[in-house]
Amino acid sequence: MRKRLFIILPVVVVVALIVTIIALSGRGGSSINIIGSNTLTPLTSVWAEEFMKANSNVSISVSGPGTGPGIAALIDGTTDIAQASRQIKQSEIDQAVAKGVHPYEIQVANDGLSVVVHPSNPVSELTIAQLSAIYTNHITNWQEVGGSDTPIVVLSRDTNSGSHDFFLERIVQMQGLPTENKTLQYGPEVLFLPSTEAGLTEVAQNPNAIFYAGLGYVTSQVKTVAVKKTASDPGILPSKETVLDGTYPIARPLFFYTNGEPTGVIKAFIDYCLSSEGQEKVSEVGYIPLA
Amino acid sequence: MLKPEISSVIAASNTKDSLRRRLRLGERFIESWIFLAGLFAIIILVGIIAILIKEGLPIFTYSSPWQFLFGTKWYPTSEPPTFGILPFFLSTLMITLIATAAAVPIGVGCAAYLAEVAPPRIRETVKPIIELLAGVPSVMMGFIGLMLLSPLVRSIFHLNTGLCGLTAAIMLSLMSLPIIVSVSEDALHAVPKEFKEASYALGATKWETIRHVCIPAALSGIGAAIMLGVGRAIGETMTVLMVAGGALAVPLSPTDPMTTMTSAIASGIGNAVRGGLQYQALFAIGLILFIMTLAVNLIADKVLERQKRKFAR
Repeated sequence: MRKRLFIILPVVVVVALIVTIIALSGRGGSSINIIGSNTLTPLTSVWAEEFMKANSNVSISVSGPGTGPGIAALIDGTTDIAQASRQIKQSEIDQAVAKGVHPYEIQVANDGLSVVVHPSNPVSELTIAQLSAIYTNHITNWQEVGGSDTPIVVLSRDTNSGSHDFFLERIVQMQGLPTENKTLQYGPEVLFLPSTEAGLTEVAQNPNAIFYAGLGYVTSQVKTVAVKKTASDPGILPSKETVLDGTYPIARPLFFYTNGEPTGVIKAFIDYCLSSEGQEKVSEVGYIPLA
Repeated sequence: MLKPEISSVIAASNTKDSLRRRLRLGERFIESWIFLAGLFAIIILVGIIAILIKEGLPIFTYSSPWQFLFGTKWYPTSEPPTFGILPFFLSTLMITLIATAAAVPIGVGCAAYLAEVAPPRIRETVKPIIELLAGVPSVMMGFIGLMLLSPLVRSIFHLNTGLCGLTAAIMLSLMSLPIIVSVSEDALHAVPKEFKEASYALGATKWETIRHVCIPAALSGIGAAIMLGVGRAIGETMTVLMVAGGALAVPLSPTDPMTTMTSAIASGIGNAVRGGLQYQALFAIGLILFIMTLAVNLIADKVLERQKRKFAR
């Protein structure tokens, strides 16, 4: 009897596995898979929950490892929507087209990438040139930018992040300024962190830290620094007005990418995101709705 | 009248035969099942090595092995990209050494206490608890390190940031401790009673017995325990990714923020294009990690072999 059990048991396990796989793949209703930007994840999660509440036969999964993995997943055909906190690169479009995927861009919200420090830090405004020098490790002490005599702990997202790339172009390399320098890179002392939460946790605990994060992540535990385009410009804090009228220097659009123009349930979901109801959620989460 | 008897005899021998045949069939089935399972494990292992070599080696046509191993700059996405893994290699070495140096004495000591000193009741309650600790998910250990340990390390050592190699090493030593304790306790427990009795009969104290009889006798088991612990420390990814800081500079002290080989792979593979240079470089890191663990195991095997022979004499 026991011997027979030995034969039957693996067979039962295998059959059970197959049945589960079939049941899962043939489940009624439809599902949407969303991967990408860590910045957009809190917003997309709210949209997904609200949409699923109204349409109980749709299931939406959202994960936020970063813009890079999201677009890579779109190219590999393993996601329906890639969320992105930067525009798709030409090299990524080329790869996509080579694999028969045609990225279709939809702007879903706006963000002012916020530079944050510990609340006790006396520094309240920084120029883009100063930020660039901090992130390339040329300025290493808060005293050099009008703070106390303590070293600067520079935090950044890792290379998966769209914010990492956006910040590199607009701040570190000073895109659009006369001092623009395409060869500048993040310095070797910069700490690269796997998520936005990890960076904000460290800034909230560490009086010497500086970090950047999407507006939706900024809480009262950290202080937002005003950004000055050049030393003679006024310092500007990210807000609905300054982002929409373009005065905040590091405002950016947030995107969804789909393979070709969306259809069916994916179109219904994106239409909901862009509707006035969906855009209300944008403000609730802390980002800035489309104008 | 004879016919039915004969037929029943034939029937009986038939059922006996078919029973035997069926048993033999079952036996064969199980044998082939086990054989296939064994073969499968070997095929998968060979496949992993083959893929690591196939995907990783091509990077050396772009950057020479010397540049790759001893280069100090890792900029995989800039133009042109540079791949130097020395900072990752040193970080892995530093964190693993510190974690092992902390976990081995404590772990083996704890195991000796549980096996030889502790009363059975304590042993029976403490050991399952320690074994339960081995099952704590690494992301939770990372969370604990991020929220509790890193502020502590920062204030104790007056550092700029608590996200550094030391914090990661402490978390890793905590994670490999349960494995070391549990496996070496089993080994110590399996030392024949006669050895200890002979030692006590010669007038040895408890400490002398543990030091000179139990630990040498259980050395191969303890060695295996330490190897498992080191393996966990080298291979652990999530915790290290969360608390080690992730700086790309060559670490000069354990209190510098650093990136290990595992966390470099984990944080880079998501956006590495399949077959691209970064992808190949990450696979090459995986290959080197594999060679490192293989070397550790081979050396440990040799050392243990020698120790065992010495003890047998």
